[in-house]
Amino acid sequence: MAAVTADAGGRRLVDTVLRARELSILAALIVLVVVTTAVNSSFLSSQGIKDIFLNASILALLAVGQTMVVVTRNIDLSVGSVVGLVAFASGKFVAGHDRNVLLVLLVGMAIGAVCGLVNGVLVSFFKVPALVVTLGTLYVIQGLDYYWAHGQQINAADVPASLLDLGNGSVAGIPYLPLITVVVMLAVGHYLRSYPSGREFYAIGSNPDAARLAGIAIRKRILTAYLVSGVLAGLAGVLWLARFGTVVADAAHGWELRVVAAVVVGGVAIVGGLGSVYGAALGALLLTTIGSVLVVLKVNSFWQDAIAGLLLLLAISVDRLLGLRVTRALRKRNARHGA
Amino acid sequence: MSESPPILALASVSKAFGAVRALQDVSLELRGGEIHALAGENGAGKSTLVKILAGVHRPDEGGVLLDGRPHEFHGPGDAQHAGVAVIYQEPTLFPDLSVAENIFMGRQPRARFGRIDRRALRAETAKLFERLGVALDPDRPARGLSIADQQLVEIAKAISRDARVLIMDEPTAALSGNEVARLFAVARTLQEQGCALLFISHRLEEIFDLCQRVTTLRDGRYISTEELDGLTPDDLVQRMVGRELDTLYPKQETTPGETVLKVSRLTREGVFTDVSFEVRAGEIVALAGLVGAGRSEVARAIFGVDRYDAGGVEVAAAKLPAGSPTAAMSAGIALVPEDRRQQGLVMDGSIERNIGLTQLRSLRRGPIISRKVERDRAADWAIRLQLKYARLSDTVGVLSGGNQQKVVLAKWLSTDPSVLIVDEPTRGIDVGTKAEVHRLLSELAGQGLAVLMISSDLPEVLGMADRVLVMHEGRLAAEIPRAEATEETVMAAATGRTRQEAA
Repeated sequence: MAAVTADAGGRRLVDTVLRARELSILAALIVLVVVTTAVNSSFLSSQGIKDIFLNASILALLAVGQTMVVVTRNIDLSVGSVVGLVAFASGKFVAGHDRNVLLVLLVGMAIGAVCGLVNGVLVSFFKVPALVVTLGTLYVIQGLDYYWAHGQQINAADVPASLLDLGNGSVAGIPYLPLITVVVMLAVGHYLRSYPSGREFYAIGSNPDAARLAGIAIRKRILTAYLVSGVLAGLAGVLWLARFGTVVADAAHGWELRVVAAVVVGGVAIVGGLGSVYGAALGALLLTTIGSVLVVLKVNSFWQDAIAGLLLLLAISVDRLLGLRVTRALRKRNARHGA
Repeated sequence: MSESPPILALASVSKAFGAVRALQDVSLELRGGEIHALAGENGAGKSTLVKILAGVHRPDEGGVLLDGRPHEFHGPGDAQHAGVAVIYQEPTLFPDLSVAENIFMGRQPRARFGRIDRRALRAETAKLFERLGVALDPDRPARGLSIADQQLVEIAKAISRDARVLIMDEPTAALSGNEVARLFAVARTLQEQGCALLFISHRLEEIFDLCQRVTTLRDGRYISTEELDGLTPDDLVQRMVGRELDTLYPKQETTPGETVLKVSRLTREGVFTDVSFEVRAGEIVALAGLVGAGRSEVARAIFGVDRYDAGGVEVAAAKLPAGSPTAAMSAGIALVPEDRRQQGLVMDGSIERNIGLTQLRSLRRGPIISRKVERDRAADWAIRLQLKYARLSDTVGVLSGGNQQKVVLAKWLSTDPSVLIVDEPTRGIDVGTKAEVHRLLSELAGQGLAVLMISSDLPEVLGMADRVLVMHEGRLAAEIPRAEATEETVMAAATGRTRQEAA
C-alpha cells in the first residue's frame, strides 16, 4: 500500500509542475497587465485588449501548428516564409476581383499544405534532420516570394472589403481573428489529448525507438504534423492579409523564431513528448503582450527581441531544473519503495 | 504433445548486417502450450532472432511461418497483429506518457466519436495490475520507474494484447527473486492457456525450472533443439560455448601488491549507497550483480563522469577530486565503458585516431599532432593486441565487435594506467576474441595493474576474478574470495537472497 501512496505522490508532483507551467504563464500575464495599467491606465482600455488579442492571434495560430511538430521531436522553421508567401499570393489572387472569402482561405491553406507536405516528406521519408530541411525550405520559399513580388506590394485598396472585414471585424463584440485561433486551438488540443492517434504524436517524441516497436505509423504522423503546421501557416497568411491589407514580400520575416519561442515558453519540450497547444498559445499571448507593454511604457522596441530571448532562456532553464528535480524525486520515491 | 503445426516458426533463416553474419541457417519452432528456451552466449544471435520474430528485421534468407504457413511481417505492427508480443531486454516505454497509456498505446478503449475513454483506460490498467499483483498507479508517468516495474508494465502490455506468442528477451536480468517468481507464475498461466512462449535467460537454472525444450545458438549458427528433460546444465554450457571453459579463462596466479584504488562509503542518492572496497596491484576484482544494480554507475562515479553525494575515492593513497575525468586519468585510472559504440569509440574515426585520442598531448611534435607518431603508436598497439584490420586508416565501424573492443583497450592502455576499470569487457564478442581479451587482462594483472571488472557474465566472473564483489540494489551485498565463488553464492547475493555483510 505504501507503494501506491508514494506513486500517487510522485504523480501529483509531476501534475503540479506541468499545470504550474500554464498557470505561471497566466500569472506572469496578469502581473504584467496590472503593473502596466498602474503606470498607464489607457493600457487596459477595451481597444487595448482587443489589439493585444488581434496581434496575438496569428502568432498563436502558428504556435498551435508548431506544437504538433515539436511534440514529435521535430521543428518547422519554414512557417514564417509560408505566411509571407501566402499573404502575398492571396493578395495577388484577390487584387482587382471580388473573391469569396472562403475561397481565398482555401487557396491560402492549399499553398500552406503543399509547403508542409514538402517538409513532411523530406523529414519522414528521406530521414533528413528537420532543422536542415525546414531551414532549406525557409530560404527556398522566401526566395520564390521575393522573386515573384519583385519589389511590388499588395495595397489595402486592392483587397475586397469582405476579406478586410475578416481581419478587423467582429461578431457579438469578439473579433473574428482570435475566434478562429481559439476554435483551431481547441480542436487541435482536443485531438491531441483525446484521440488514440493524437497520443501517438507524444509517443513518437517521447521515445522514437519504442514508438517503432509499438508499431506506430511514425512517418504518417510526422507527415501529418508538418501538413497541419503548413495548413495553419497558410491560414495565418490569409489572416495576415486580411488584418493588415498592405503586404510586402518580406511579411512575417523572422517569425519562425518567434513561433518557436512562444511554443517553448509555453512549456512544450523542445525534445518532444511533452506540452500542450494551450500552453503554446498562452506563450504566444505572453510574448505579444510584452511587445504591447513595451510600446505603452515607451521602451525602445529594440528591447522586445532581447526580452523574448531572455524569457526563452528562463523557460528552458526552468524546464531543465524542474525536470531534474522531478526525476530525482521520482527516483527517490522508488528507492524508498524498493527498500 | 499434439502434432498441430507450431504457432510461430523460423525456417532456415539467415540475416547479415553489413559484413557481420548475425544468423546463419537457423530454424526454430514455437508450439502452443510450451515454453521454449533460447540459449547461447552474448553475441550468439539471440537478439537478432527475437527481432526477426517481432517483425523488426526481415530475414535475408528463409522465412517466418505463422500457423504452418509462410508469412511475412512488414513491421512490428504486423507481428503484434498476428499475436506476437515481445518483452525486450531494455524496456521500451514512453517516459512522458502515463503507465496506462503505455500499456494501451494504439489500442486505447474508445468512448463516443472514437475518443479515448480515460476512465476505462484507467480501470482496465488497474485490473491488469491486480491480476499481476502489482501496486502501480496507472496515471503516473513511466519516467522514473525502476527497471523491474518497467518490465512489469511491458508484461501487462503483452497480457492485455491477448498474445498467442510471448517472447521474453532476458526479462529476469534485473528482477529480484520474488519478481522472478511472479513472472514465472504469469508465464505458466499463459502456457496453460495455450500460448507459445520463448524465454531467453543467462541463468541456466531458470531455463531448467521453466522451460520444456531448448534451442541453442553459437556464433549465429543453429546448434541443436532438444528436450530439457535428461539434459544437464553442463551439457547446455558445452553446446553454448563449444569448448572447455578452462581455455576460455586463462587466469594467471598473482600475488596482490599494495592497494591502488580505494573507494570508501561512496554514495549517490537513489543510485548506489555506501559502497566501499579496495583493489590492489596485480589483482582482478570482479563487480558482479544484476543489470540495474548500480555497478556501472559506481564505475562512472569513480572515473568522475557522474557526481556522487558522499564518500571518496583514493588512488595510490592520494584523494581524487570528484567529478573530473581529467583528474582521474592523470591519477592513472582508465575506464573501458560498457557501450563501446556510444561511449568507447568515435565510430566514424579511423583506428589510429581512436587509439591516439587519450594521448593527444604526447603525440605532438612542436605544437601540432604528428600523424606519423600517431600511426606508429597505433601500429604498435595493434600488434600487441593482435588486432585484425586491413588498414589503420579504416574507420573502427568496419571492425568486428571483438576488434573494436581491442581498439578501446589499446586507447586506454596507451595511457599507461595503474587502475583499469573494464565494464562488460566481452559483451557481444565472439568466443575466440573473448579468450584473447581474458588472456590480456590476466597478463596485465600479472604485470601489476589493478583491474576492476564489471561483468554480467557469470562464468567470466568466476573464471577471471581474484575476488568477487556483488552488488544488489545499489549496495555491496557480498565480497566473495575466488575459492568460495560459485554461481550459487554470487547469484544468491546478486538477487538479495542472502544478506552477507560486505567486508
